[in-house]
Amino acid sequence: MIHLVKRPQPSRVWTAVTPLLAVVLTMIVGGIMFAALGKPPLEAIRTIFWDPLFHPQFAAYSRPQLLVKAGPLILIAIGLSIGFRAGIWNIGAEGQYIMGAITGAAVGLAFYPLDSFIVFPLMVIAGALGGWAWGMIPALLKVKFGTNEILVSLMLVYVAEAWLASVSSGLLKNPEGRGFPGSRNFQQYDAGANTEVIAGTGMHWGVVAAFVAVIFAYVLLTRHIRGFHIRLTGEAPRAARFAGVNPGRVVIFCLGLSGALAGMAGLFEVSGPAGQITIDFNSGYGFTAIIVAFLGRLHPVGILLAGLLMALTYIGGELAQLMLGLPGASIQLFQGMLLFFLLATDVFTNYRLQFGQGETA
Amino acid sequence: MNRRTLLASAALALGLAGTAMAQDDTTKVGFIYVGPVGDGGWTYEHEQGRLAVEEHFGDKVETVFQESVPEGADSERAMTQMALSGADIIFTTSFGYMDPTINVAKKFPDVKFEHATGYKRADNVSTYSARFYEGRAIQGLIAGHMTETNKIGYIASFPIPEVIRGINSAYLHAKEVNPDVEFSIVWAYTWFDPAKEADAANALIEQGADVILQHTDSTAPQAAAEKAGNVITFGQASDMGDYAPMPRVSSIIDNWAPYYIDRVQAVMDGTWESKDTWDGIGPGMVGIGEITDAVPEEVKAEALAMKDAIAAGEYHPFTGPINKQDGTPWLAEGEVADDGTLAGMDFYVEGLTGEIPN
Amino acid sequence: MDLGTINPILLVASLMVSATPILLAAIGEMVVEKSGVLNLGVEGMMITGAVVGFAVAVNTGSPGLGFAAAALASALLSLSFGVLTQFLLSNQVATGLGLTLVGLGLSSLIGKPYEGMKSPTLPDLPLPLLADMPVIGPMLFQHDLMVYLSIALVAAVWAGLKFTRAGLILRAVGESHDAAHALGYKVVRIRLMAIFFGGACSGLGGAYLSLVRVPQWTEGMTAGAGWIALAIVVFASWKPWRVLIGAYLFGGVTVLQLNLQAAGTRLPVEYLSMSPYLITILVLVIISARGYHGAPASLGRPFHASH
Repeated sequence: MIHLVKRPQPSRVWTAVTPLLAVVLTMIVGGIMFAALGKPPLEAIRTIFWDPLFHPQFAAYSRPQLLVKAGPLILIAIGLSIGFRAGIWNIGAEGQYIMGAITGAAVGLAFYPLDSFIVFPLMVIAGALGGWAWGMIPALLKVKFGTNEILVSLMLVYVAEAWLASVSSGLLKNPEGRGFPGSRNFQQYDAGANTEVIAGTGMHWGVVAAFVAVIFAYVLLTRHIRGFHIRLTGEAPRAARFAGVNPGRVVIFCLGLSGALAGMAGLFEVSGPAGQITIDFNSGYGFTAIIVAFLGRLHPVGILLAGLLMALTYIGGELAQLMLGLPGASIQLFQGMLLFFLLATDVFTNYRLQFGQGETA
Repeated sequence: MNRRTLLASAALALGLAGTAMAQDDTTKVGFIYVGPVGDGGWTYEHEQGRLAVEEHFGDKVETVFQESVPEGADSERAMTQMALSGADIIFTTSFGYMDPTINVAKKFPDVKFEHATGYKRADNVSTYSARFYEGRAIQGLIAGHMTETNKIGYIASFPIPEVIRGINSAYLHAKEVNPDVEFSIVWAYTWFDPAKEADAANALIEQGADVILQHTDSTAPQAAAEKAGNVITFGQASDMGDYAPMPRVSSIIDNWAPYYIDRVQAVMDGTWESKDTWDGIGPGMVGIGEITDAVPEEVKAEALAMKDAIAAGEYHPFTGPINKQDGTPWLAEGEVADDGTLAGMDFYVEGLTGEIPN
Repeated sequence: MDLGTINPILLVASLMVSATPILLAAIGEMVVEKSGVLNLGVEGMMITGAVVGFAVAVNTGSPGLGFAAAALASALLSLSFGVLTQFLLSNQVATGLGLTLVGLGLSSLIGKPYEGMKSPTLPDLPLPLLADMPVIGPMLFQHDLMVYLSIALVAAVWAGLKFTRAGLILRAVGESHDAAHALGYKVVRIRLMAIFFGGACSGLGGAYLSLVRVPQWTEGMTAGAGWIALAIVVFASWKPWRVLIGAYLFGGVTVLQLNLQAAGTRLPVEYLSMSPYLITILVLVIISARGYHGAPASLGRPFHASH
């Protein structure tokens, strides 16, 4: 018999090795899948993992794009991970992302065409507030009535989507847009545009915010009493209560924080890469960020890496579609496999294999 | 200058490096799709166009495509990568790709771009769209004749000019042959959600509609009508011929192939120019699927006569007198709607009930 | 506006059809969660069921075989989740999301040749005598077989959980896996069986979409139904009959809002289209304000025998 025996401490070696092992396994199984689809497996793998970084023709463009794609994922996932650590399941980040984008854009459009340095910061604040407010709905309902936040936050995603469709063909519609839905484009409104901090790097303000959030979360979780309370609430709710932690405040803090970060991510996206509010402006960042959060083991640095890895598979997947004609669905399947292998190999971090009859103490 | 110029020039340098590598004999044609190629509707028909290009030109072209590309930042990246990979002409097939197309086109002045359904052009950006409302007029005519309950159900997607134009056109022509006709409009707020479309069709049928028009892409409403019996439908985007002769009695087919072949040929010949194309039944961009025997002979003849008149340019579906919903005059007797107003249509014509959501 | 055109009998009949896919998936997921496992991959399993059911029904000409194959395929897929979470102790939330990705990708690869095809569908099966009753008959008893089966399944799950030894064990495992283990129950095996059952139910729900409700195969056709099913389980506080109520309530509001639009109501459309979600939240708030929460205590926690 093979037994799993829990390690007293997570293994540092395995923590570093498992992601590599998972990637290798994904390459093997994914390669078999690509071959079955009649595509050259090695070339497909190289296109996904190598070309976005080093291809002579594409890399100069796609390297910065990695940051553009990873930025919102990391920013949202950081907020979510703090809640997840406390056992608070906000799975409606997509809705908070949408509402942040709407409120932030609304503020920016209200100032149009004022050319002042104050416009963009106000938009960021409004975006954060919009996401925060949307996150507060499940938070307050949970604290006041004990309503389950999973359901409320998920349902609010669909409500936010309906709002988005409504404002983009109504309230925020571009008056010069010839009747078509969609707001003004912030790329044509300098004061409200989320531009690159260093040109050509993909490093826009949202990416900066994501890096700041990583540092902030790291400090919060390892150095701050509030972070300790959050971890304690998740790991041992009863002990937390004895330690004087007010569970309601933890709920409000976590959902508010993740809402605000998701809202900011939405604002940075709408005023930068996306440019405008449109009927289906959201593209699932809020849901993908949940995967990123867990892929990063709810650890700020892990999330940073996971976000970049996820972005790599997206962009590499796009290149593979473009150059090799791989179906889009096979990329999705490939990402799913990667996630599965990462999760599967993760077991070696916390457990070791023991052969023969192990003690079960 | 400002930060933006700096950015643009950096990108320009990048772009030149990319296109320089694509100097060979074959013409590379790219397509950006908003949905999966198997959606059976909008994207599916663009994919048919791509396949027709491949068939027509054989070895002289290489086509690439990317499906399910979200509008916004992702589409800008998809286009850029396509241009970097050496595409000579790129078709961007969704309205939401408008600003990204313009942005990317600036960075790649040597690559030709074709944006579907938009209105922004540049030296290397053309726009093209189809006058689906011409097909809607024919549907309206058939629907007006065929309905016995005088109630016509309309499954609409989003309140955008394209959809509103279709509703108005269908209504005007149904009303013309049947003054008692009423339209029930359900906004599904989706282009494609089979289950919801089925529900919407059922709701309309249960409330007495015996004709269902749809401006969403799945065949779910067709199946719902077939199950209900005695309800007729029209294929949307593609022929949906599986449901002929009943419930599907005719269809509007998006036929992009002639245009795509034409434009690719222009690139090969070096005669490509930026222009705005808005073609209808005449040039064949809008096809009318076979009118089945479920439709009485004289109605069919009338419909075909209208089709010919539209194709020949003798009849415009929006010919006055037409009032707006609130009763204010829009087109005087004999006056024909101008393309600008049609392109941005955001009002119902007189007689339609309900409000356009916004 | 003419609300008189809305026929309540037909409304109820169509909400039952509309809610059946969600109901099937939700009742299966409820059993999974009762065993203490949170499988967020319902969407992926549903769509796999939809494509496999459709493909088999088209090839064999038998919708019945389609449903059976759908159940089996989704159940097998769910076992990948089971192996990862139960043997390799992976995080359940992340694994479930991965399962959704895998299911969506896999289904559209399998489904390519079946796009645009028509399949045989289930005939309506009016129940003798009952179907002839006025009002009630056309409302409840003139459906296809799967509608009745879905209700029977709810009843079976309710009875099974409440009255049988297996049900008791399942609940014990979900409430405290350590205690159940100490009592000698095979926690992992029981959970795997629950996961398998949940997968089969999701598959049936997906196949109902592609074979009866729509009926056709198109990529991404579940369009979020799996997520709604998950929400319904929470909504129902893990009680079988409330799952039924929740699914019918959600289906009912969805159908009703479309009917209200068709009847030309003056209510703004955007509020109508939000209404199924808002009303679900509202009802949940009312239920939870009365102070009852029924989440299994071990829900989502990994179990390892040598803690």
